[in-house]
Amino acid sequence: MKFKLASFGAGLLFGLGLLISGMANPEKVLGFLDIAGQWDPSLAFVMGGAILVGLFAFTVAKKRTVSFLGFDMRLPASDRLDKRLVVGSVMFGAGWGLAGFCPGPGLVALGAGEAGALVFVVAMVAGMGLFEVIEKNRVAK
Amino acid sequence: MIDVAWDNFTPWSALAGGIIIGLSAAAFILLNGRIAGISGILGGLLAPQKQDVLWRVAFLAGMFAAPLIWMALADLPPIEIKAGYPALIVAGLLVGIGTRYGSGCTSGHGVCGLSRLSARSLFATLTFMAAGFITVYIIRHLIAGA
Repeated sequence: MKFKLASFGAGLLFGLGLLISGMANPEKVLGFLDIAGQWDPSLAFVMGGAILVGLFAFTVAKKRTVSFLGFDMRLPASDRLDKRLVVGSVMFGAGWGLAGFCPGPGLVALGAGEAGALVFVVAMVAGMGLFEVIEKNRVAK
Repeated sequence: MIDVAWDNFTPWSALAGGIIIGLSAAAFILLNGRIAGISGILGGLLAPQKQDVLWRVAFLAGMFAAPLIWMALADLPPIEIKAGYPALIVAGLLVGIGTRYGSGCTSGHGVCGLSRLSARSLFATLTFMAAGFITVYIIRHLIAGA
């Protein structure tokens, strides 16, 4: 129960942070990505602020094998720089630049009742489903 | 060379929001031992495993609740979506497939990955940011400007 409660709290905090930062607004995101136009550097401060806090948290997390609530610490082990990472990240970046939405802001904008966000999120979930289907077939072969 | 849009520049709210996002990621790794990566949390629901569904739903419900609680108390900050439905569909598909292949998005690689000094996440973040910059350049300056 406390695991789910902490999950809800973290999600809520994340959503509030996206709203306050301006990151939930696709036009603001595109203003940051439009370095050759009227450039809005604000989102660099979002990343900066988040990483500032994150550096402390992950320094502590790395030294522990269980979390403060007693759950196993699952830090990613992979350090591979492979084709999947590059191709996936290029696709993600292209989609991000096309509409100004990455996954978190898409979900928050959907919660705000934006019709465009619903279209984006449905397509995103379909894309993730497509990935699962392709992976299943790849493993089965 | 670079033309900064000072009128749109909001460093303090950006920094404050960023710190709150950082606190969320910090709480999630320190309390639950998990990475607050939105694409991973959502994508994991499409290949559901026992004991692994409800916390994902809880996290996503928290994200949905954020604008609802905000709206109950005050006016929401602007959310301007200029892309049309066809572009949103293509963008959604690319983001959905891409984040799963690349094992992360702005939160998992960008915030959490860079915070734990992962070279893999730095590489992913530089790659998707470059792709984002190039895509916006093509749309706003090559296609729209042609």
